[in-house]
Amino acid sequence: MTLLGNFALWAALLFGIWGAVLAFSGRWQGRPEVALSVTRSVYAVFAACAVASIALWKGIIAHDFNIEYVWAYTSRNLPSGYLFSAFWAGQKGSLLFWAVVLSLFAALAQAMTPRRYAPLMPYVAGVTSAVTVFFVAVMLFSGANPFDRLPFTPADGRGLNPQLQNPGMMIHPPMLYLGYISITIPFAFAIAALLSKRLDTGWIHAMRRWMLVSWLFLGVGITLGMWWAYVELGWGGYWAWDPVENASLLPWLTMTAFLHSVMIQEKRGMLKRWNLSLVVGTFLLSIFGTFITRSGVIASVHSFTQSNVGYYFLAFLVVIAVASYTLLYTRWPMLEADVELESMVSREAAFLFNNLLFVGIAFSVLWGTLFPILSEAVRGTKITVGPPFFNKVNVPLGLLLLALTGIGPLIAWRKASVQNLQRQFAFPVGSGLLVTAVLVALGVRDLAPLMTWGLAGFVGGTIAQEFWRGTRARIRMYGESVPMALGRLVGRNRRRYGGYIVHLAMLVYFVAFAGMAFKVQREATLKPGESVEVKSPFGHTYTFTHVGISQFKQLNRYVSAATVEVALDGKPDGRIVSEKRQHFTINELGTEEASFEPSTEVGIRSGLREDVYIVFAGAVDGTEEAVYRFNINPLVWWVWAGGFILLFGGLITMWPGGGTPVASRRHAEAGYGVELATARAGVP
Amino acid sequence: MHRRAFLSLQQDAVASPRAGQGDVGTLFNPDVAGRPRAPTVEGDNDVVVRNTELRLRCSCGCTLDIFTCRTTDFTCTYSPALHREILALFAEGKTSEGVIAAFVDKYGEKILMAPKPEGFNIAGYVVPGVAILTVGGIVAWIIRRRVRMSAERAGDLTGERAAAAATGTDDELDRLKRELAEMEK
Repeated sequence: MTLLGNFALWAALLFGIWGAVLAFSGRWQGRPEVALSVTRSVYAVFAACAVASIALWKGIIAHDFNIEYVWAYTSRNLPSGYLFSAFWAGQKGSLLFWAVVLSLFAALAQAMTPRRYAPLMPYVAGVTSAVTVFFVAVMLFSGANPFDRLPFTPADGRGLNPQLQNPGMMIHPPMLYLGYISITIPFAFAIAALLSKRLDTGWIHAMRRWMLVSWLFLGVGITLGMWWAYVELGWGGYWAWDPVENASLLPWLTMTAFLHSVMIQEKRGMLKRWNLSLVVGTFLLSIFGTFITRSGVIASVHSFTQSNVGYYFLAFLVVIAVASYTLLYTRWPMLEADVELESMVSREAAFLFNNLLFVGIAFSVLWGTLFPILSEAVRGTKITVGPPFFNKVNVPLGLLLLALTGIGPLIAWRKASVQNLQRQFAFPVGSGLLVTAVLVALGVRDLAPLMTWGLAGFVGGTIAQEFWRGTRARIRMYGESVPMALGRLVGRNRRRYGGYIVHLAMLVYFVAFAGMAFKVQREATLKPGESVEVKSPFGHTYTFTHVGISQFKQLNRYVSAATVEVALDGKPDGRIVSEKRQHFTINELGTEEASFEPSTEVGIRSGLREDVYIVFAGAVDGTEEAVYRFNINPLVWWVWAGGFILLFGGLITMWPGGGTPVASRRHAEAGYGVELATARAGVP
Repeated sequence: MHRRAFLSLQQDAVASPRAGQGDVGTLFNPDVAGRPRAPTVEGDNDVVVRNTELRLRCSCGCTLDIFTCRTTDFTCTYSPALHREILALFAEGKTSEGVIAAFVDKYGEKILMAPKPEGFNIAGYVVPGVAILTVGGIVAWIIRRRVRMSAERAGDLTGERAAAAATGTDDELDRLKRELAEMEK
């Protein structure tokens, strides 16, 4: 298998180099057979990467511990589901995963892009091949080859880190990888547009859905990462501003900015330079995230083992940045806006400031992430930049962004009149004030949550108003029932109303995040039968009674399960179990040997209002006397709900049909082109 | 049957006395139940202590603060020791700021979860905001300038476009109005 795997990697490298060199040489122009060779090289690269991946999976499933990667990340007693996810658990395997998924996306882009964009495709093939070649080369030449063999064959592997033995880890990393990797396709289209000088909106229409795919994967991946951190790591939160978490947020923020600003380019022919810069910047940030994760240059709980692989990524990052922005600079004069902004109070201007804020937040996160390095370089002093810093800097920006989420859709395109603004803002502002007043009456005094929930009321008002007005218009025009009018409204304007559903997801996220300001924590040591009371932020009283600790063997681990009886306001409310797990592998003598540190499985009861979150910290002196941490975490369920709403809205937005971009462009042009003339003709 | 009602029935069915109630039994195999723990002390739940620990970094290399590290997975040996050190400093009568100052003296500035806003560190706090405000100001200025120029150009073309529009029929103008209404939604 290793021979086949190595052969496949070399084949991928050579096919990729062929495709990239031929594409960038431009020799395919006017020679269809050469252009075909370029695009076919993409399929060949995918086939070779797929063979290499199958070879690695075969080695993992066959427990071939002579392969160093298989030995390092699996064991004979590893549950079969995690044998599958071990593929991307380590540095080397994840590089191969990256290469195979990128080559798959590159092949799909070639196969699925309509023929009218054919002049762009050889360049797209060249860019995707070049990026794939980089990943394959890193595997082959930087000591990160997943097919490296050990000089002997161990009886068993070291096993998979217990924290990675969680269902979340089977989907969270692939989702993030899919997000990161698919960014390459929009980037390839942007570079293709610049190289071919076809700088109309064609490249945007060709890649817009890819950008949405990437944005959605990354958004869902980030949410799944929060879920995994919450249920597996046991610290009771879901976001810690860790450098690797930050690195995943950065491209998501710039992609979100792009998804807004691209509407201005499509509708008005503006912001062409900015949009190209954003696409290039997003790709660079995805490579930067990979550099952070794999170099060890910034301390992170998520990082792979420190290795020289990161420096390959740094070099790649610099080369791509210089080449891309130089290319953009040479095309600068061709990227003049078709029209000018007509008013500061317009949706275009609102989108512009929303973009500024998205990029500003991305910058502040990047700045905070890199500031320790900068500080050490300038002052020679190591400092830590943790959650207190990020919260101080980013919470105000986040609130401003939440406000713009509500403001943007209320302002008319081109120029809003005072009358229009009054009509549009009355209900949302009213709903925001009402929510704030109710919360103050209920005794909420903390400023940040109060502002967040008040703004959430405003944004909710905006979204409700948009849906209601659209639905009402359909009811009046077509006499449809409310559900049918709503369904058709969304179905025929998927991009717009899918976008509003995504705004709703953001609102739900913010509401949930603010809830954590009221988290309650209590540590207690309990003998069997002893109880402790914890007051919920909603005013209820939980009584937790320690039942006892049972121990048993399960799969590849010993489990110590501590059981707690829960009573809510004196009424029995079931039991919650939290566990300590000690994993083991089988050594050369055939006996069990502890592997890794003991891990904790949190006991969670999730509810719409609050989560009861119990961590069994350990036993006192080997007895059943247990040390617990009890958390009452408000509104956490809504974070996961936000993830589902985001997914739903994203899918609606990118679902095929519902009006083509070309049609909407013509529609927009027709509308704008005649408005002024209509006004001149005296039509009221 | 409602889940809670079902659970309470189950609970009633448990033999009395309930499992584990009474004397503290010993574990079958204490070696697989994680690190042995000392019983909780009063300071473990003190809000001032917790808030102080949230501002100090654990030195085990985990990048977490002391409170989060010592209550996460409970495998770190550094954070419980640092916690005891903090409790001892509070017992000496130090305030939260005093404890933090003592930690900075002993472990250096890197023990803080966020740098003090002084000297070069101020740049860390203000640069993002200043950058956003500066760029925002420049963007606003450019927009205003272009809006003005655009308005001036539109004024020059008024007569020409009005003439063009005047050639439209009533039906065409109605259709244009509908288009505009659609766009304004």
